[in-house]
Amino acid sequence: MILAKLAYKSLLNRKASVFLTLLTIAISVMLLLSIERIRVDAKSSFSNTLSGTDLIVGARTGDIQLLLSSVFRIGHTNNGVSWQSYEYITNQRGVKWSIPISLGDSHKGQAVLGTTLDYFTHYRFAKKQNLSFNKGHAFSAINEVVLGSEVANKLGYKLGDNIVISHGMGNTSFHHHKDNPFKVVGILNATGTPVDKTLHIPLAAIDLIHGGAPAEHAEHAEHAEHAEHAEHAEHEKHNDLTGHPKQITAFLMGFESPLYTLQIRRNINQYKKEALLGIMPTVTLKELWGILAIVEKILLLFSAVVVLVSLLGMLTTLLANLSQRRRELAILRSVGARPWQLFTLISFESLLTMFIGCLVGCALYYLALFTGGSYLQSHAGISVNIAMLSYYELTLIGVIMVAGFIIGLIPATRAYFYSLSDGMSIKT
Amino acid sequence: MMIDLKNITFKWHKNDNKPTLTISELVIKKGERVFLHGPSGSGKSTLLTLLAGINTATSGDIFILNKNLNTLSNTNRDVFRADHIGYIFQNFNLLPYLTPIENVILGCQFSKSRQKTALKQSATLNQEATRLLNALGLTEQYHKKDVATLSVGQQQRVAAARAFIGSPELIIADEPTSALDTNNRESFIKLLFEQAKHSNSTLVFVSHDESLQPLFDRSINLISLQENI
Repeated sequence: MILAKLAYKSLLNRKASVFLTLLTIAISVMLLLSIERIRVDAKSSFSNTLSGTDLIVGARTGDIQLLLSSVFRIGHTNNGVSWQSYEYITNQRGVKWSIPISLGDSHKGQAVLGTTLDYFTHYRFAKKQNLSFNKGHAFSAINEVVLGSEVANKLGYKLGDNIVISHGMGNTSFHHHKDNPFKVVGILNATGTPVDKTLHIPLAAIDLIHGGAPAEHAEHAEHAEHAEHAEHAEHEKHNDLTGHPKQITAFLMGFESPLYTLQIRRNINQYKKEALLGIMPTVTLKELWGILAIVEKILLLFSAVVVLVSLLGMLTTLLANLSQRRRELAILRSVGARPWQLFTLISFESLLTMFIGCLVGCALYYLALFTGGSYLQSHAGISVNIAMLSYYELTLIGVIMVAGFIIGLIPATRAYFYSLSDGMSIKT
Repeated sequence: MMIDLKNITFKWHKNDNKPTLTISELVIKKGERVFLHGPSGSGKSTLLTLLAGINTATSGDIFILNKNLNTLSNTNRDVFRADHIGYIFQNFNLLPYLTPIENVILGCQFSKSRQKTALKQSATLNQEATRLLNALGLTEQYHKKDVATLSVGQQQRVAAARAFIGSPELIIADEPTSALDTNNRESFIKLLFEQAKHSNSTLVFVSHDESLQPLFDRSINLISLQENI
């Protein structure tokens, strides 16, 4: 009891250096937890991007390139898949569903994806979760758009707004399709995947914004150009999503049974009329993460080094403090404190410092999560969960505390061997 | 018998030719107030470290309260010192982060027997510390002040109170008055005597200042003590 009181008073007496030690520990705990959280969440965000899709088909290119462009909206594919090939392949036995997607347009830097209503029923992410609507519903007319949650948040759109889609990627595109505004009819719930950053329009509208008309609607479109028939033309479009472009970027497929996957994939890769490529997203996602794994390893290394440096910093401070405290310890010895009591005192002090440091570190960590979480979500696409400390994180903190405690035993041992004659002879 | 030294020699290092200290006999009775003096280098401090069991004699026996310190283990010597000896240092050795009261209480916090004795005197350790500080002439307004703001004389009173708390049988004072002027010296020593009487302690007072000699029951010149061989 007296030892605890002495430790407390002595720590208070050395406020400045104790505060710095605390801060070092707190910051390293915060960094370790943050880096680890980013590492873990990056991995899960990544593998949660797509789920339940057996095969992605696009023009022949690299596996990873096809995955990046079709799922992550990164990069372009110059070639597409012709509508005939799409229909041919998806009519094969065993195909349960298919989602055609057409990319290449953007709205204020956000990707625009042309697709069919199947997208909203069959697209899955994370653990086979379906997309769901936060507000509104799927598009039912050619000039309607469904927004990903982040698009709606970031650009401040609400249901009923009219927006203009530009041709090509990037928000500096000069070629806006002012004549074809789209009406927001639905906003999806957040998924933590690229879907959040996507505007979904009917596939039939893709050719429309490119100045042309859906292949099977050429006549209607001509009508639309006459002012006096505008109302009529719009009415026509409203109930009509059956149009399709000549070409799509890629399509996703699900099969009756996974057993079909390899066979259909072989058929696609050997398809004569067009050079196509079918990839299994789960396999390619793993490959892609394998490439990124070096980043993961570096992050892990960083965490370890951060902790090591702060522990060494703590040891330095403790040892420096100890030589200053030699007199204090000697006084305690002279009033009757036994060596083991000094040992307990010093190790208790470092444990206390460590404990408070870890607590402050956790507080800083949550502060960082609250302030930095949305930034990470919007800039790196990593959805950060703000939750209680996980078992893994608690283990990390435990490891740090144990390491700190062990390091604290070094000065404690030195204190143990400080001789009593120290206290009797020091003359200051 | 409080202190009984027989044929003591002490060498700092085993290979030293001449022992630093050689005492054939020194006996101090219970309740005595002994003045131990001698010029610098005469071995005063060395003798005190032997009496307090900080160092052990190279040869010979040291009995304190009829216990042979040489036969005690390090740990037992620590316990013995904490229980039976109050030490007033030349340089006070107060802990800067404790108040005067807390510094005084510290004197009995590592010894159960002294704590018990202190609680026989007053209801709480706090009260006992207050009583001692008052008795030694430190008025209450200073009892909870920062130790560093106290004057040398005031710090000396705190150090003395710390040695006296729990009434140890032996009080060793190592040049405690060297920083005080003559008037203060005498009044301080008188307060020490009062306390020693109050707590039935034997007082061994070390100084090179022979003018204090008449105040004590007995005075021992360390030089002549060593020449008796």
